[in-house]
Amino acid sequence: MKNVALHHELHMTLSLETQDLTIRFGGHVAVNGVSCRFRPGELTAIVGPNGAGKTTYFNLISGQLRASAGSILLDGQDITRLSVPLRTRAGLGRAFQLTNLFPNLSVEENVRLAIQSASGVHYDMLRPWMTRRDLIARADAILDSVALGGRRDVAATALSHGDQRKLEVALMMALEPKVFMFDEPTAGMSVDEVPVVLDLIARLKQDSSKIILLVEHKMDVVRSLADRIIVLHNGRLVADGNPAEVIASPIVQEAYLGIAPGKRTA
Amino acid sequence: MMILSGDPPRSRVLSILLVIIIAALAVTPLVFPGAKAMNVATKICIFAALVASYDLLLGYTGSVSFAHTMFYGIGSYAIAIALYSMGPSWAAVATGLAIGLPLAALLALGIGLFSLRVEAIFFAMITLAVASAFLVLASQLSWLTGGEDGRSFQLPELLRPGTVLISKDLFGFAVNGRTLTYYIVLVAAAAMILGLLRVVNSPFGRVLQAIRENRFRAEALGYRTVFHLTYANCLAALVAASAGALNALWLRYAGPDTSLSFSIMLDILLMVVIGGMGTMYGAIIGAAIFILAQNYLQTLMSVASNAAADAGLPLLPGLLHPDRWLLWLGLLFIASVYFFPTGIVGRLRAGARRPLR
Ligand SMILES: Nc1ncnc2c1ncn2[C@@H]1O[C@H](COP(=O)(O)OP(=O)(O)O)[C@@H](O)[C@H]1O
Ligand SMILES: [Mg+2]
Repeated sequence: MKNVALHHELHMTLSLETQDLTIRFGGHVAVNGVSCRFRPGELTAIVGPNGAGKTTYFNLISGQLRASAGSILLDGQDITRLSVPLRTRAGLGRAFQLTNLFPNLSVEENVRLAIQSASGVHYDMLRPWMTRRDLIARADAILDSVALGGRRDVAATALSHGDQRKLEVALMMALEPKVFMFDEPTAGMSVDEVPVVLDLIARLKQDSSKIILLVEHKMDVVRSLADRIIVLHNGRLVADGNPAEVIASPIVQEAYLGIAPGKRTA
Repeated sequence: MMILSGDPPRSRVLSILLVIIIAALAVTPLVFPGAKAMNVATKICIFAALVASYDLLLGYTGSVSFAHTMFYGIGSYAIAIALYSMGPSWAAVATGLAIGLPLAALLALGIGLFSLRVEAIFFAMITLAVASAFLVLASQLSWLTGGEDGRSFQLPELLRPGTVLISKDLFGFAVNGRTLTYYIVLVAAAAMILGLLRVVNSPFGRVLQAIRENRFRAEALGYRTVFHLTYANCLAALVAASAGALNALWLRYAGPDTSLSFSIMLDILLMVVIGGMGTMYGAIIGAAIFILAQNYLQTLMSVASNAAADAGLPLLPGLLHPDRWLLWLGLLFIASVYFFPTGIVGRLRAGARRPLR
């Protein structure tokens, strides 16, 4: 099944695109005709006020919600009708805004489940889980990368909020996706915990073959990490461009920051 | 440790309890060869496997099925009908298994694929509906199943009580066909439980736990959970049907009361909850305690009642009268669920936390 040449070709053309993507909840249009193309090696920040439709946009891309209209293309393939697990296997990785873990499994087991899935070990019923030392070693490495190495045997539910956010990110890292979708990864974290996650994202950026989408409210973070900003407002894409441009644009000043130009604070 | 798939009891008391139960079961035919003790021991073996297979569903995946006795019944009836219609031969036993086990697995596959896509409550309701329909079907098709009377049959020569395999003169106890049947049941039950222990400790088993914990996230990690749940359902059905087959072989009979009724379903539920869900070992503990209580509580109470009467105590002889045994059994279960919400195994393990690595 793994055709190296084909794989290489797909890799070369890695792209993610939404075309007129729309979802309605009753009369409310939460995402309204959003067309956008994301390129590898580019970190796109998605900003907009609360309720703008950022999380819903992510849910449409990763498949938790089905589009009412429009389509999603990954590597040129239409994935609009694909189920969540198949989209994940196709390379979409998601870290959720509301922490979403396996609460009574250990931190290490949480990460190992993600690695196991990425390694294609889905239905192996015969080998004891503890003998998969290869998976354990990789889980440990990933946990170290988010500074959770010391907490590996603790149940996920027993972690502090900040550590749970880090584990949330670790699960996505463990999947080794082509597309990383961070939904407010540092929300609710204490000041000293934030750098671990930001460093991680910065390191990810060095791999120019990945697409990174980041929903983030902290404008200083956006400015330092983003190569491009798109702005959602009432479900519509209202601005798209390089950070300096977008932040300075009147529409953002008004729609997102809600303050007059010049009074902007980080 | 590999035989336990890296999942040892993790509690000294639990280990001791398990060793006592298993040793007692292993020597029952030699030490207590009476019919009652043998029946109780066999029932413990069979139910330990049956409850373990139910634990795979309830404890590990978190899905509630009411069809477990149906699969148990399919295994029982397949053996009974095959031996009844083909005569007491090994070919008939093989035919019964060859029909019963795949039938159970296919039915579980169908139920799973049909209902496990959606919410858990739908699965519970579908299993309830299918199991009820099956119960009606079994009593309606009396030309096949014997209706309410069930089917009695003869065992192959080798398994009959009259077949003396090793005479009493040799070791001081007789080994007959009945003894052999008992050990077949014991070994088969042990193999099934160890097999299930392996499955729940495999990568697949961890995914089941992940689904129980957070199905949404398991899907987001790339697991197509409907297949995991369906396979677990099939596996549980296979073990339940095998346990049913063993039960029919032991009883030389299959009927609605011994293999299909909803009261068996209730017993299974109680045993898995008392033993401790999601532990596998809980199945052995739960089955042993429940079945011992079911069979010996009356005797125990009559002894206690008489003693109280002899001592001239008021009220107690009446309260402890053997006729009240169901009341006491009920109280015992309420107490055990109240005091051990995580089951006996959960309680014992909490007392002996595993050290952090
Ligand atoms: N499942 C849903 N059902 C109904 N309304 C929803 C649902 N999900 C999101 N919404 C609505 O869509 C809008 C966008 O929400 P969301 O995407 O979470 O915003 P953001 O992440 O930008 O803060 C909100 O008005 C929200 O109430
Ligand atoms: Mg949001």
